Amino acid sequence: MKTIVWLLVAALAAVAAGLAIGATAISPAEIGGALLDPDSPHAPIVRQIRLPRVALAFLVGGGLGVAGAVLQALVRNPLADPYLLGISGGAGLAAVLAMALGLAGPVAVPAAAFAGALLAVLLVYRLSTVAGRPLDPRVLVLAGVVVSTFTGALMTAVLTLSAAETLRNAFLWLLGGFSAASWPAVAVFLGYAAVPLVLLIGSSRTLDLLSLGEEPAQSLGLDAPRARRLVYLSASLLTAASVAVSGVVGFVGLIAPHAMRWLLGPVHRRLLPAVFLASGSFLVLADAAARSVVRPVELPVGVVTALVGVPLFAVLLHRSLR
Amino acid sequence: MILQARSLSVRYPGAPAPALMDVDLELREGELVVVGGPNGCGKTTLLRALLGLVALERGEVAFQGVPLPAWRRRELARLVGLVPQREETPFSWRVEEMVGFGRYARRGPLSPMGAEDHGAIERALERCDLTGFRGRRVETLSGGEWQRVRIARALAQEPKLLFLDEPTVSLDLGHEMALFELVSRLVGDGLSALIVTHHLNLAARFGGRMLLLAEGRAVASGPPAEVMEAERLSRVFRWPVTIVSLPDGTPQIVPLRDYP
Repeated sequence: MKTIVWLLVAALAAVAAGLAIGATAISPAEIGGALLDPDSPHAPIVRQIRLPRVALAFLVGGGLGVAGAVLQALVRNPLADPYLLGISGGAGLAAVLAMALGLAGPVAVPAAAFAGALLAVLLVYRLSTVAGRPLDPRVLVLAGVVVSTFTGALMTAVLTLSAAETLRNAFLWLLGGFSAASWPAVAVFLGYAAVPLVLLIGSSRTLDLLSLGEEPAQSLGLDAPRARRLVYLSASLLTAASVAVSGVVGFVGLIAPHAMRWLLGPVHRRLLPAVFLASGSFLVLADAAARSVVRPVELPVGVVTALVGVPLFAVLLHRSLR
Repeated sequence: MILQARSLSVRYPGAPAPALMDVDLELREGELVVVGGPNGCGKTTLLRALLGLVALERGEVAFQGVPLPAWRRRELARLVGLVPQREETPFSWRVEEMVGFGRYARRGPLSPMGAEDHGAIERALERCDLTGFRGRRVETLSGGEWQRVRIARALAQEPKLLFLDEPTVSLDLGHEMALFELVSRLVGDGLSALIVTHHLNLAARFGGRMLLLAEGRAVASGPPAEVMEAERLSRVFRWPVTIVSLPDGTPQIVPLRDYP
């Protein structure tokens, strides 16, 4: 309980930092003023540019964090992450394809991303299950990398063959970032992500059991195949929604779940809300760093998350092999 | 009759021979039955078939007279607890949490733990001598302690029937005996149990009834003294054995040196 309060405080601090940092530095007092008074001098920047950006980064971060934690329980491997399992790659490829075909907008791109995410999930799952043998989680990560590489190559091909205008847009989007964040983008994300997010957090006890493995879960009273499908679909939808509004941002699903499991233990009822808050705060801060460290150039936020996530992944992988 | 299975046959996809062929099994309330046989004889497949974890090619299973397909997972978990053979978890659960998973089938999907749940967990921890371990992380436990935790989890389900799949694998002599004594006490208190093991000597000292499997078929079934014949066991295990008797008359297998 105490940890959740601290995480809430940290989340508020991260949001405040996200609102304050930018091309024009705005003090906390001025932010408060802008939020309360629509006529204050900084109101347009804070309300129309920074607030939707911070909100979107927080929601996407929280969503990717929960998707990561859930996938880790599902495939019983703490190294799982929507990016590493190829889900983000599949979603990205399908979204780029949709853009190349001239389908843009708040319905087509997320729908394509979801279809791509599902296909990638099925492919990864199929690649890593050999008839009758239990699923080896390390093979699953390997299969995810294979599928990611493949979708990456296809994306490059699609981009190369696209018109210059499409290419630029898709490329910018693909690198991942929140520079195009707006209130409509927040609404699109919530439209796709709210149901799976609530469903997953509500399935905490199911996730506890799934992480024990098929036989224990079934014998404890869980309809494991059905639960697994539901969780996989929800995590894919959540990932696809994130990819649709912010491109492919990797490793967010790895960092917060590990930190929170270390702090709070693996029980999902405590873990998932904490992961949502921590992961959301992390992405807000990563985004703030991405747009301020090499000003006036804005780094893709995926670069920042990879800079933090890859070393962590290396350490975890090394430990898991020991 | 708590469990009735008739002519169970299972064939895994792509396998040339069936893993299980026309096996019958009956279990009464408060009875202990041991299923024995060499590696790969279909013991674990039998357990999986009884619980509907593998598709049947032929045959039927009924618990308390109700056919298996009519049982929902949650309902079945209130009647039967399983201690699976192998189990690894990637996460660092506490013993108390792990045992608490046994309450899943008895709680609503969102309801918090009630007094009944805490009571059942407490009784299960006590039965398995784990009250001092409740806060321990499962990865810090020894093999014997981990087995006891998983039995406690099954007991927290408050089942009438307990399935144990090779529960003494990788346990030393003392832990082996302690585990069988525990199961034997539970049976004494009215639980029915089905133990799968290749450890026939141990089984003979505790088991009320024995079912011997070889290559997926039932070779013999009955009291250990009837099932454990030297010639039959030599054939089943593909190694010459002789049978000696303990002072109380319990048969024990002794494998011979030098294959003729």
